[in-house]
Amino acid sequence: MKNRETTVKSAPRVNVANIKAIVAKHNALRGNLLPVLHEVQAEYGYLPKEALATIATEMNIPLSEVYGTATFYSLFSTSPLGRHVIRLCNSAPCHIEGSRAILQAIKEELDLEPGETTEDGQFSLQLTSCLGLCGVAPVIMVDDDVYGNLTPEMIPEILAKYRQEEG
Amino acid sequence: MRFYRSHILVCNATPCVLKGSRAVQAALTEEIERNGLEQEIKVVETGCLGLSECGPIIVVYPEGTIYANLTPQDASEIVREHLLKGKIVERLLYRAPQAARMPSVALPESPVLARQQRIVLRNVGLIDPTSIEEYVASNGYEALGKAFSMSPEQVIDEIKRSNLRGRGGAAFPTGIKWEAARNASGEPKTVICNADEGEPGNFKDRIIMEGDPHSVVEAMVIAGYAVGAHKGYIYVRGEYKQAINKLNKAVTDAKSKGLLGEDILGSGFGFDIEVFRGAGAYVCGEETALIESLEGRRGESMVKPPYPPTHGLWGAPTVINNVETLANVPQIILNGSDWYNSIGTERSKGTKVLTPCGDVLQPGAIEVPFGITMREVLYEIAGGTKSGKEIKAVLVGGPSGVCVGRESLDRRFAYEDLSPGAGALIVIDEDKCIVDLIHNCLEFFVHESCGQCVPCREGTKRMLDIADRWVSGEGKPEEVRLMQELAKNLAVSSRCGLGQFAGTAFVTSYNLFEDEYHAHLAEHECPTNICAMRNGRRMSNG
Repeated sequence: MKNRETTVKSAPRVNVANIKAIVAKHNALRGNLLPVLHEVQAEYGYLPKEALATIATEMNIPLSEVYGTATFYSLFSTSPLGRHVIRLCNSAPCHIEGSRAILQAIKEELDLEPGETTEDGQFSLQLTSCLGLCGVAPVIMVDDDVYGNLTPEMIPEILAKYRQEEG
Repeated sequence: MRFYRSHILVCNATPCVLKGSRAVQAALTEEIERNGLEQEIKVVETGCLGLSECGPIIVVYPEGTIYANLTPQDASEIVREHLLKGKIVERLLYRAPQAARMPSVALPESPVLARQQRIVLRNVGLIDPTSIEEYVASNGYEALGKAFSMSPEQVIDEIKRSNLRGRGGAAFPTGIKWEAARNASGEPKTVICNADEGEPGNFKDRIIMEGDPHSVVEAMVIAGYAVGAHKGYIYVRGEYKQAINKLNKAVTDAKSKGLLGEDILGSGFGFDIEVFRGAGAYVCGEETALIESLEGRRGESMVKPPYPPTHGLWGAPTVINNVETLANVPQIILNGSDWYNSIGTERSKGTKVLTPCGDVLQPGAIEVPFGITMREVLYEIAGGTKSGKEIKAVLVGGPSGVCVGRESLDRRFAYEDLSPGAGALIVIDEDKCIVDLIHNCLEFFVHESCGQCVPCREGTKRMLDIADRWVSGEGKPEEVRLMQELAKNLAVSSRCGLGQFAGTAFVTSYNLFEDEYHAHLAEHECPTNICAMRNGRRMSNG
C-alpha cells in the first residue's frame, strides 16, 4: 500500500536554468559535485533524474558517474521522499539502549517499514548508522531535528508535531 | 571588551539542546534583563562539558558552580538567589550520579572533570565557540605565531619529538606523516582534516568541533606551513550540522582577522580552508575513500601504497589528520614536546579523548592521559553501569575494535597495552546478549561496505547471514569455524580497514563468551532472553 518509488508529493518540476545556476555558483570543477548534489537535494527534496542529467552535461561528467555518486551516499536520494524524513539510528550504542523498541513504535504509529514512505506522503522512514549522539541514545532525527533519550511512549507526540505543521 | 562580574555558560551542544537548553538560555536572559543586570552578567553559549546525561547544564563563573537538569522555570530562582544575593541554589546543583549524596559545587572538583587532563578539550564548555575573541583570549593563535618564528623543518621536528600519533584509530606518527608530505614532490600540497567521524560510539570529534572549532583551524594552518600546503579541507560528515556551522563561522572569522588568507600574521605564508560536507558514508573516514569523495566520486577506498603523503588529493602530496590529532598540535607547539612527553606512558604520549557509552551511568566525552586503566574510566569517571550490575563486555574503539570483558578492567589504555582505537567504549551489562551485539555490528558493516572489493562485500554479508541464524535460534555449532574463517579471510584480503576489522569483534568476543555462543548454537537458547524475544523479527537495513 505504501509507496516506494512513486511520486508522493507534488514533485516540483525541474527547472533546468535553476540547476545550471547552482552548478555555475559552485563552478563546474569535478570536486564540486557533492556540494552541487547537496544543494539540488535541498531544493527539490531529492535528486530528480532530469537534474542529474543537467548536472552531468554542465559539469562534463558522464551521467553514469553522476548517478553512481548520487546513489553511493545515504544522504542523497534519487527517488522522492516524504515531507519529513525520519532517520533512526540502529548502531550498537542505540541498539543497546533500545532502538528496536523505538523502531517498533514508529512502525506502529505510521504503519511503515524502513525504506518506505507513508501513503499521504508525510513521512519517510530510514535506518541510519551512528549519528554520534551516543551520550543520549537511543536517537532519531526528523529532518534536521534530533531527539534523544527516547522511549517508545514519546514517539506519537514527536510525530504529531510534524503532522500539525501541515495544518 | 566590557567587564562582567559574572558569566553564565550555557551548554549548547546537541544533547543539551535536545533537552531544552535554548529555552533555559532564553529564560535566563529574560530574567537578567528584568533585573537590570545585563551590563553585569553575560550569558555565553558553549560546547559540551561531558555531562550530557544531566542537561540542560549551566556553569556560573567566577565561582564555577554547575547547575543541572534545568527548566526555564528555574531561571528566576538562579538569578534572584545566586546572581543577586550570591547564594548557591542547592536544589539545582549538579550531582554526579555516582555520588548522589554529595553535590559538586565547583566545576573542577566534579568527579567527571577532576580525573581528566584536558588538552584538546581545554576550551570545550568554557569558551563561546562562535567567538574568535574568546579563543584568542585563551592563548588561541599564539602557537601559530610561534610556529612562524620557527622553520617548517623545526615545526615538523617538534611534532616528531612530541611522539603525537594519529587519534583516529590507526595511531600513525603525525610528525613522520608531515615529513613525508614535505619531502614529497608534487604541487599543490593539501592538508585535510578528517572529520568524517562515523564509527559507532565515537563522538569526540563532534565535541571538539562544536566546542572549540578554532583549535582545528589553527592546527591546520600550522600543518600547512610545516608541509608547504596552501589549501586545507575539513571533511565533515553530512549529519554533523552544528559542527559544520561552527567550523564555517570559525573559518569566516579567522579570514576576517587575517589568520587565514594571504600573508598570515605578516609571515608571507598564505593558507585557506574549505569546510566540505560529506553525504553519509562511513567508509569515507578511510583516507583514500575520503579523497575520492572530495574529488566528487563514490567514496571507494584505493589500494595502498601509494599513501596520501606522496599521492593524495588530485595525485599531489596530502596530509590527512584526524580532528583530535590536529587539536593537540597548537598546544604542543606552544608548550613544547618535552611537556607533551611528560604526559602519558613510556610509549604512548599525551592524552586520549574517550567516549564511554551504552550501558554506562554517565556517557560523554572525557580526556584522560594514556596509562589510565579501563576500571578508572568506566567506574570512577563514567560511574559504572546504569543498572548497577557488573560490566559484561566493552567494545573498545567501536564495532571495528576489540571486544574485552571484565578481566581487562585493569588494563591500561596505551598503544603498548589496550589500544583505545578512536576512543569509543561501548559498554554492555550482564543483562545484554553478546551474540545480539555482534549481530548488530555485522549489520552495520554490511550496510557500510562500499561494495567494490569482494572479500568485504561478500564476506560481511555471509557473516551476517550466519549471525542472522544464530540470533533466531537456527544456528549450528559447526558454523563457528566457518565464521572464524570468514573473519580471517576478511582480515587478510580486504582492501581497507572496514573489511579488515569487520570480524575482529566476533573473534575476540567468541574467545571470551564461548559458553554463551554455545547456548545459542547448540541449545538454541539465549541466556539473556534477548534473542529469543525477537521471534525471528529483526531490524533490517532496508
